Amino acid sequence: MSALPDPSARVRWIATPEGISVPFQVASAGDRIAAFGIDFLLLVVFSVIVLVVALVAFPFGAGEFALSMALLFGFVVRNFYFTALELKWGGATIGKKIARTRVIARDGGPLPAGAVFARNLTRDIELFLPLTALFYPRLLVGNGPGWGALLAVVWLFVFALVPLLNRDRLRIGDLIAGTMVVRNPVALLLPDLADESTRAALPEYGFTREQLDLYGIKELQVLEDLLRRFDQGTVRLDTLELVCDKIKRKILWPAPRWNVDTMSFLRAFYGAQRGRLEQKLLFGTRQEEKKR
Amino acid sequence: MSVPAPTGESPLARTGPAPAAAGGEPRSAAFRRERERTWRELEALVDRVERQGLKSLSGPELHRLPSLYRATVSALAVARGTSLDKNLLDYLTALVGRSYIAIYASRRPLIHSLAEFVSWRFPSAVRRNALLVLLSFALLFTGVLSGWCVTMSDPERYTALVPAEMAEGRDPSASTEELRKVLYDDGGGWVTELNLFATFLFTHNSKIAIISFALGFAAALPTVCLIFYNGLSLGAMAALYQQHGLGLEFWAWVLPHGVTELGAIVLCGAGGLALGLALVFPGRHTRLENLAARGRDVSTIAIGAVGMLFIAALFEGFFRQIVHSVPIRLSVAAAMLTLWTAYFTLAGRRWDVRAP
Repeated sequence: MSALPDPSARVRWIATPEGISVPFQVASAGDRIAAFGIDFLLLVVFSVIVLVVALVAFPFGAGEFALSMALLFGFVVRNFYFTALELKWGGATIGKKIARTRVIARDGGPLPAGAVFARNLTRDIELFLPLTALFYPRLLVGNGPGWGALLAVVWLFVFALVPLLNRDRLRIGDLIAGTMVVRNPVALLLPDLADESTRAALPEYGFTREQLDLYGIKELQVLEDLLRRFDQGTVRLDTLELVCDKIKRKILWPAPRWNVDTMSFLRAFYGAQRGRLEQKLLFGTRQEEKKR
Repeated sequence: MSVPAPTGESPLARTGPAPAAAGGEPRSAAFRRERERTWRELEALVDRVERQGLKSLSGPELHRLPSLYRATVSALAVARGTSLDKNLLDYLTALVGRSYIAIYASRRPLIHSLAEFVSWRFPSAVRRNALLVLLSFALLFTGVLSGWCVTMSDPERYTALVPAEMAEGRDPSASTEELRKVLYDDGGGWVTELNLFATFLFTHNSKIAIISFALGFAAALPTVCLIFYNGLSLGAMAALYQQHGLGLEFWAWVLPHGVTELGAIVLCGAGGLALGLALVFPGRHTRLENLAARGRDVSTIAIGAVGMLFIAALFEGFFRQIVHSVPIRLSVAAAMLTLWTAYFTLAGRRWDVRAP
């Protein structure tokens, strides 16, 4: 049972200051777009509200003043929303909290304020300018030649698409700041399949050492996965019966004792197998796969 | 460990693989049983921190958090070497990841960040890049000089150097009276001034400043061109006014806010150059590492420059409309220059560090 939110996402190992490396799942392009979309929407809604408030003040004669204040306020918020929230919440904005992602430093240390500044300063050229170029190219290039406008648009789009061109989904801002956006890890501890209390309830099957030496770590973890999924109800008993038969055949389980209760056999086998493999691990032998 | 933990047991008391338990159960099961309580405690604390921030923890809990974290990290290290329970490994990995984020993600009150920024971070970053700032200033100055010389020798070149939107009717065909009017425009009351202020924030100078920083990413060539181009248009306009006998008045009109605004543009230009150089000459690091190391420093400069542009816009919107006397305008300009120079050379000196 994997505790990772999405087993197929790219993983990057970050070295924490304690000297241990921890894997983080890189936030996918979809996550990033969703988070930014939410933040962008909030900004738009906020700008609209501010403008409406300003317009409402018009009949009262303070219209122009309110409008200027609105423009000013809008300017400040638009430019500093991301920076302020990422500083205050340690790498998260409202959109990122909803998408369950976070900004961290690629080198594994604390997230410095300078990094937050850096990654947000380039949003202009990565997003707002390309968007303007898409809809009003003349605004940017003035009255230059047509091919000039096209060149400018293409160049701006390269900046905007940089995250799609590298596997860690780094924006230009991330490249300059040494940061990365990752998914929040999800930790779920399920009961141990091999501890004393479980084993006490099982009959003694008496697996020999030779029998336990046949399988490796990979098979053990597949068995663990199956047993947990059975406990959750996503795997049926007949699948486990097939597995049980396969194991019995491989370890040359004696015919007189062939008929066993599937679940207790598998749990007992898991416990014994894990104990044997961990013992070998302590002596430095790591058997990844089955023999033969 | 000077303070006993609330439960009277230190999470660091036992390290290493657990002793073999009875009944032939795997050692890792006993290992887990011993430590599970610690991990659950850490998980509860991290849950609270994620939802409500570090402030939601009480004093003793805050004290306990780092030792729980370190104990879990060492448990993960041991488990990786001795346990084959995949769920346990995934759980500990994720728990360490979440705790790492909870502990190391920087959270500080915005006011502190702001005060720290203004009092030492910004001037310190400028001092570290002093050479590039001078280079950027030299570029601007060369631009101004070139624009001036070219326009003085041939007034018609003005239209090539200054785009129509920026000139706003101030071109060789304008009369002396029209040009003078611009310098002493009354403004029409403080509400209009506020409007002007708000609009000046969106004028092309702000964009130029930020873009020349951001374009440093493209190896600084666009930055060089932009700074020079800015200088050109300024020099050309100055020459135009000079030819109508309004040279001194022109500088008195530009410099009060211009000192700050041009300073900001110079700083952004320096930032762009630093980024470009970081890409082209990475030194001992890889290009990306170097970019990241320099980028944080340089973006501090860019943010500070945006602040300076804000101040310049205040001057542009209000001061210019209120004060019309040339000597006062010029002395204010001189005062601003002195202030900025003093700020950048003296503020926060004792916190200076050498560049990485």
